[in-house]
Amino acid sequence: MLNKIYDWVDERLDITPIWRDIADHEVPEHVNPAHHFSAFVYCFGGLTFFITVIQILSGMFLTMYYVPDVVNAWKSVYYLQNEVAFGEIVRGMHHWGASLVIVMMFLHTLRVFFTGSYKKPRELNWIVGVGIFCVMLGLGFTGYLLPWDMKAVFATKVGIQIAASVPFIGELIKILLAGDATILGAQTLTRFFAIHVFFLPAVLFALLAAHFIMIRRQGISGPL
Amino acid sequence: MHRGKGMKFVGDSRVKLNDRMPNIPKDYSEYPGKTEAFWPDFLLKEWMVGAVFLIGYLLLTVAHPSPLEGPADPTNASYIPLPDWYFLFMYQLLKYTYASGPYNVIGAIIIPGLAVGALALMPFLDKGPERRPSKRPLPTAFMLLAVASMVYLTWESVAHHDWEATKAQGVITDKDLGLLPDVEVDETSPGYEIYQSQASCIGCHGGDLAGGTGAPMLLGNELTAEEVAEVVKNGRGAMPAGAFDGTDEELQILAEFIAGLKEKE
Repeated sequence: MLNKIYDWVDERLDITPIWRDIADHEVPEHVNPAHHFSAFVYCFGGLTFFITVIQILSGMFLTMYYVPDVVNAWKSVYYLQNEVAFGEIVRGMHHWGASLVIVMMFLHTLRVFFTGSYKKPRELNWIVGVGIFCVMLGLGFTGYLLPWDMKAVFATKVGIQIAASVPFIGELIKILLAGDATILGAQTLTRFFAIHVFFLPAVLFALLAAHFIMIRRQGISGPL
Repeated sequence: MHRGKGMKFVGDSRVKLNDRMPNIPKDYSEYPGKTEAFWPDFLLKEWMVGAVFLIGYLLLTVAHPSPLEGPADPTNASYIPLPDWYFLFMYQLLKYTYASGPYNVIGAIIIPGLAVGALALMPFLDKGPERRPSKRPLPTAFMLLAVASMVYLTWESVAHHDWEATKAQGVITDKDLGLLPDVEVDETSPGYEIYQSQASCIGCHGGDLAGGTGAPMLLGNELTAEEVAEVVKNGRGAMPAGAFDGTDEELQILAEFIAGLKEKE
C-alpha cells in the first residue's frame, strides 16, 4: 500500500533523487565513532543542530504562554514555571539548551579549526559558520531579557551600553535595540522579543540551509 | 532536459514517465575503508549518540530548574549586574584599566572585533595546504591562546563575583507575588507622614512599607511600640543606629504607627 502511494507520487514528481542524495551520501570511516572512538569530535556539529531543533520546538511551546509586555512578562514566566504542566521542563530545556548550544558550537568550531577543515575549498562554509555563531550569541543575548526579571534587565543594560560604545553608529544601534535613547523598558522588551523570535531565527534558518547545502555539495573533509 | 525545437512548454511536465531514478541503495563495496551510507547505517549511530546526550541534557534540566529572579525594577540602583555565563569573559575584560573607562572602546569593540574578524577570515590568513595543527604552529598557538584567555577571564570573573549578594538580590519576595499581608495602612495618620518624611526609612523599607533588598517588610511585623522605638534608636542587624531624624515625640508616634501594622486575624 505504502509502496503504491510512493510510486504514484514518484511517477508524477520523481522524488527519489531528492531524498536518495541525502540518504545515500557516503560517511567515511574517519568520522564514524563506531570505528574510531576519537571520531566523536565529528559529532559536535550534529549535536549543535540537535539542540537547535530542541530550542525551536521548546521555544514554540514557550510562546503559547509567554506575554511580551512589561506588566505581564515576568508573571507569565512565573506562571509557566510554577503552574503550567511540564512548564518547568519546557522552560528548563530552553534555558539549558541555550547554554549547551553555545558549548557544542564552540567545540564544533574548535574541531573544524584544529583539523584545518576550513581550508580551500571550504572557506565559504567556514564564514557562514562564523555567521551562525554570531547569530546564536545574538539569540542568547536577546533571549536573556525576555523573562523580565532583575538579572535580565541589568545584564541587558550593560549589553546595550557596550553596543552604544561602537564608534559613530553606537547611538543608532542603541536606539534600534532599546527603542529609546535613554529608557530600557516596554519598547526594549517587545523589540528583543521580535528579534529573538522572528528576525534572528529567520537569519539562522537561511545560514543553516547554506551551511548544510554546502556540506552536501562538498562532502566532509578527508582524514588528516 | 531536452532543449531547443520540439520542446513542448504548455501542459508538459519536466518529469518524464520512463526516465525515473530507480529506488535502489548505492553500492558501497567499492568505497575505501569502512565507508557506509548515511541512511540508515550511520544515522542509527548518530541517534545513539544523540540519545546519550539527551539523557544528560534532561538530567540537567530536572536537577537544576531554570533560574528566575524577582520582576524587573530598572530603578533599583544597588543591583549588581551579571550576564549569562558565556559572556562573563567579555564582562571581565571590561573591568581592566586599559579596556574600560576612557579606553572602553578597546575592550568593548576593538578586541572582540579583531577576534571575530580574524576568526571569520581564518581561511584567508592561513592559506597553506597543511591541515595538521602541528604543521601550522601560528594558527594553533593563536587559537590556544584565545581559548586560554577566555577560560582565564571567565575564571577571574567567577572568582571575584559576590555570589552571596547575587543570590540575595534575586530572591522573589511575597511583594513580587502580590502576597502582602492583610494590613490596613492609615495613610492619614501622623505616624504615616513621619515615616514618609524619613528618607532613611523609605530608602530601605520602601514607601509601601513592604521592605526591600536586605530590609524586612514592616507590614505584619510582630513588635511592640517599645521594641520598634528601641530598634530605630539602636539599630538591628544591617540597620544602622541613630538613623531617625526627629524628636523623641515623633519617634514615639512613628513607633506606635509601625507597631500598629499588625496582620488581621
